[in-house]
Amino acid sequence: MTAATAVEVAIRPFRFDAPQDDLVDLRRRLQATRWPDKETVKDQSQGAQLAKLQALVRYWGTDYDWRKVEARLNALPQFTTNIDGLDIHFIHIKSRHEGALPLLITHGWPGSVIELLKIIEPLTDPSAHRGSAEDAFDVVIPSLPGYGFSARPQAPGWNPDRIARAWNDLMHRLGYEQYVAQGGDWGAVITEVMGRQAPGGLRGIHVNLPAAVPPDVEAALAGIGPVPAMSEQERAVFDALRAYRMSGYAGYFVALTARPQAVGYGLTDSPVGLAAFFLWHPGFANWSYGDDPDDPKTKDEVLDDITLYWVTNTATSAGRLYWEHGGASPTSAAAIKTAEISLPVGVTVFPDDVYRPPESWARRAYRNLIYFHEVDRGGHFAAWEQPQLFSEEIRAAFHSLR
Amino acid sequence: MSPSTVDLATETAIRPFRVDVPEEQLVELRRRIDATRWPDRETVTDQSQGVQLARLVGLARYWSIGYDWRKVEAKLNALPQFVTEIDGLQLHFIHVRSRQPNALPVVITHGWPGSVLELIKTIGPLTDPGAFGGRAEDAFDVVTPSLPGYGFSGHPTESGWGPERIGSAWDVLMKRLGYMRYVAQGGDYGAVVTHAMGRQARAGLLGIHVNLPATVPLEVLPAVGGGPAPTGLSEKERAALDQVITAAMRDTAYSLMMGTKPQTIGYSLNDSPVGLAAWMLGHPGFNRWAYGSDPGQPTTDEVLDDITLYWLTSSPTSAARSYWENHGRSPLVAAAQMTADIAIPTAVTAFPGELYVAPESWARRAYPKLNYFHEAERGGHFAALEEPEIFSQELRAAFKSLR
Repeated sequence: MTAATAVEVAIRPFRFDAPQDDLVDLRRRLQATRWPDKETVKDQSQGAQLAKLQALVRYWGTDYDWRKVEARLNALPQFTTNIDGLDIHFIHIKSRHEGALPLLITHGWPGSVIELLKIIEPLTDPSAHRGSAEDAFDVVIPSLPGYGFSARPQAPGWNPDRIARAWNDLMHRLGYEQYVAQGGDWGAVITEVMGRQAPGGLRGIHVNLPAAVPPDVEAALAGIGPVPAMSEQERAVFDALRAYRMSGYAGYFVALTARPQAVGYGLTDSPVGLAAFFLWHPGFANWSYGDDPDDPKTKDEVLDDITLYWVTNTATSAGRLYWEHGGASPTSAAAIKTAEISLPVGVTVFPDDVYRPPESWARRAYRNLIYFHEVDRGGHFAAWEQPQLFSEEIRAAFHSLR
Repeated sequence: MSPSTVDLATETAIRPFRVDVPEEQLVELRRRIDATRWPDRETVTDQSQGVQLARLVGLARYWSIGYDWRKVEAKLNALPQFVTEIDGLQLHFIHVRSRQPNALPVVITHGWPGSVLELIKTIGPLTDPGAFGGRAEDAFDVVTPSLPGYGFSGHPTESGWGPERIGSAWDVLMKRLGYMRYVAQGGDYGAVVTHAMGRQARAGLLGIHVNLPATVPLEVLPAVGGGPAPTGLSEKERAALDQVITAAMRDTAYSLMMGTKPQTIGYSLNDSPVGLAAWMLGHPGFNRWAYGSDPGQPTTDEVLDDITLYWLTSSPTSAARSYWENHGRSPLVAAAQMTADIAIPTAVTAFPGELYVAPESWARRAYPKLNYFHEAERGGHFAALEEPEIFSQELRAAFKSLR
């Protein structure tokens, strides 16, 4: 191996220390926010409500402390390595147990590695978290290209297929010949692509936002095909999907797919603009700005996630993943080509996620469905909201693949 | 209890208006532009991800250093501007009466991301055609209001200000100005309002003209959604369909966002001048804009005048709400604009650079009383700004038979 090659595959420890000037500047901008007038409705149907956002920004611009989550991250084993020309950041925690199954987990948008921090311990140290040692995992959590501490691609081409190949390279570079992969949101898309690519060593995948909408249902939703015969349960999910698509929640998806740069300028220059845009995601549809004690996503945690995008200047680069993907629906079996996945697939449906596909749809989408379970709580950011339950699901889904 | 005469006088008063932006607001705007925090550049070599970084940086630099708002402010203040309260909202408008007797009153409605500024150059040719190669008998009295939530008009604080309510307000405005007979014209969202006026057909409205006509027939919509196109389309119809498909895929993201979550997009547009500029320049009407290097297109100053107007009046969010109030009714689709219900004379000009060039066959099907159809020689989405004389000639020809 030449010196040049050695450098290319080097795995370098990583820590992040936001320049204090950047944090001061962020506060200054927040405090100088030029506010629009109030929405003309009494709910969130026009978007994040002014009074709520002002309260959040007041906190964000004064008492919120980025250094806390920064310290938490820096206390974890973080690394970067160059794959396919791009520096990829990842957290890598090995279990203390022998024979732990290597697990790659991919976040989505507007998420980050931060949304996955709470599952690290239950996954790597299950016996301390209502599980047993034989269900232990080594956990690898990368930041998507253009997100968080990963580098931002400067040329087009970093689509889900390329990311999936890079992820496989990462696992092998870490010395894992056999592993499993998991994801939600974009992480689900990339994980499904990995399942389709079926690289040597990937034993199986699990997703919590499956591409399970059957082609005839997708056509009916798009208005270009008739509504097919469905069971009562399927019909209920169909109606919910139709309502969802008409509710305007998908606007961010269309905008980022079409014009990530155009959207990005405002999000990079205005922190409140960034926050408002992120809060558009259906994963935050029921978020009550930290006031609901039953919603585990605290104000600080949500601000940690948003601030990560801010301090790394990745709002615009993150949006480009939508552009690269070209707009195909992430929940459509045909668009994600699930028929080409022959590897074992596990699915967990969290009830408050974007949709609740019935098992019949999952069976049609994945020919080798080895695990399907709809749980009773949790939403889009399942690992963040229900880390214990999420971890139990992962253990159960991959148990037979060890 | 009836209002006293004093109250009535106040409510229907038409008050002269001047623009006088405090200097500190201009200083603040420049400060924000200079403090812009920029994203990394697009990963492509064209506009397919949105306005390109280098172009926007250049524009911002000029906006901060060379651009002078006071010039267009003076231009506006040299025109007869007024405000009046209609239906609880303060409405701003420019009103220029022709010196010609029997001039035909016309209310012209701008759209998004436009403003009354894009119509200023048509005032001369319309009110004084003789000085612009036209005939005196084709003169107009011109009324150009700012849409509710735009420019110097007030921002509605309650929902409900959709195209129909605006159309009604425009009728009240024309009557309040003493016009018992008038015509209406519009492009972009202004066409949506004008269609509403056409459907309402209030007494005195003789006819309408639109330069963004709603002619797309239902049977081609599956093709727009990715399905098969119907057979038997003429060449012009096929070309128009292709343009509509391209527009739907590439250019409607902004309207979807504004139409579903105007408040959300508004936060960044009201806080970041560069964010606002990038958003407005993302409108397909600017797809071919060459940042001032093409003399046949709007100048850099004209575009910045428009963007700065939105900034100074804090109207990006309230303007976005007009999309929300429109409930996603496509301005291009005949059925969505209920053109079959327009029972008064309708005129259409198809400008070659518009989002789609409406074929006459579709226009005839869409508008029951189509009495004028013409494909203009030049001009795009902002036709009045780009080709004011051609635009004015079109209005003269379109409304001739109604005088």
